[in-house]
Amino acid sequence: MMNNAVEAHGLSVRRGGREVLHELDFTLTTGEVTGLLGPSGCGKSTLMRVLAGVQAHVTGEVAAFGEKAGSRALRHRIGYQTQDASVYVDLSVEENLRFFAKVLGLGREEVERCIEAVDLADHADQVVDNLSGGQIGRANLAVALLGQPDLLILDEPTVGLDPVLREDLWGLFHRIAEAGAAVLVSSHVMDEAERCDRLLLMRDGVFLADGTPRDIKEKAGADDVERAFLALVRGVAA
Amino acid sequence: MTPRITLAVAARVLTQLRRDHRTLVMLLLLPCLLMSLLWWMFDELPGNTFDRTGPALLALFPFVVMFLVTSVTTLRERSSGTLERLLAMPLGKGDFLVGYALAFGLVAAVQSVLAVSLSVGVLGLDIAGEVWLLTVVAVGDAILGTALGLFVSAFAQTEFQAVQFMPLLVIPQILLCGLFVPRALLPGVLEAISDVLPLSYAVDAMQHLAAETGTSEVWGDLGVVAGFALAGLALGAATLRRRTD
Repeated sequence: MMNNAVEAHGLSVRRGGREVLHELDFTLTTGEVTGLLGPSGCGKSTLMRVLAGVQAHVTGEVAAFGEKAGSRALRHRIGYQTQDASVYVDLSVEENLRFFAKVLGLGREEVERCIEAVDLADHADQVVDNLSGGQIGRANLAVALLGQPDLLILDEPTVGLDPVLREDLWGLFHRIAEAGAAVLVSSHVMDEAERCDRLLLMRDGVFLADGTPRDIKEKAGADDVERAFLALVRGVAA
Repeated sequence: MTPRITLAVAARVLTQLRRDHRTLVMLLLLPCLLMSLLWWMFDELPGNTFDRTGPALLALFPFVVMFLVTSVTTLRERSSGTLERLLAMPLGKGDFLVGYALAFGLVAAVQSVLAVSLSVGVLGLDIAGEVWLLTVVAVGDAILGTALGLFVSAFAQTEFQAVQFMPLLVIPQILLCGLFVPRALLPGVLEAISDVLPLSYAVDAMQHLAAETGTSEVWGDLGVVAGFALAGLALGAATLRRRTD
């Protein structure tokens, strides 16, 4: 059965005196990987911060699992990976995971599971500072996976990764969704669109399109999502 | 607040510190070196100046050092995104603040045990009161420094700015705490100001311990220091916002 994990109505955000998200309406469904695609600076990260409950100056209604975004009851149910590496660079991968697991009240097996899920088992005892950018990103992702959250918010999790690993991670996102979670993945790379069950195409704080990759391409009369994006932008401008 | 989470924060801060050998060595050994320097300066002068200034310095080190270390580490935590991640998790603000205070309080305890042992045992610092109370006061000072450091980190965007809070908030307290001029001899206005600065009470407590055996004044001063530390932590909590721009 499909359920709405997130429902947003008339969601707007002001930052620095300027409105950066404009009256957005959308839902996120459990069991699906939703891609949030758009150029950098279009508001993807702000939208994700709203869902994680850390963004100030939000108007409109945003609820996850029937609770207002950011409410205390949700803090156990949402996994959030920021775009920056929000891990301690002077601790090892395992120490990082163990610390965040303790904050969430989780045990060692869960730490191991998450390290393995991002394929960092060989580097678990290395200090984050000595890892490559891609490995740091995966350590960051592993923290978001802790506790098998019902809503997973991942801000550009595949940037700079080797294609094989990227493939593996997308496989992981789909397995997590199939297990019953809602997964929202942002990217500024349009060729990742095809890997999503559903897409939200974003530009300048509004959605250009909301649907399956196939629907969006058909509607725009384009062969790929990048061209569809262009066609939609030109359609809006015209 | 949840004890499990508070302790996890404290343990994590200590692990980070353990990794940073250079900082750890400096934290623990610099106060000893500075006490030795002070002793050497006054060694051949008439009068017992070392006995008068030594205790004040034992109060100063943990305060200044923990202020700097905390303001920089929390600033780093704010700018790296780890604080945001923690606040999106079921972590209470108290867990974060008290976790830091516990970790740095412990480091301060070790730091002062070393500095006090050296001063009293080797350098011949004369302490009339209970020596162990010197360490208790030092830990109180360290927690005060930690609390103030946590608070000011909210007002700094860069580590440069954080360090500049030292001349703003710490040096005036050092000047007015009675180390240079006994507080009773300060001009009226300055004495009144020194009466509302926490470091004055920390230094008072140390000087009472050095000069007399009674402890009631010491506990009174310590109470004031603890009050300031708690107020600092409360202000610090007010600056930790789950939602930011």
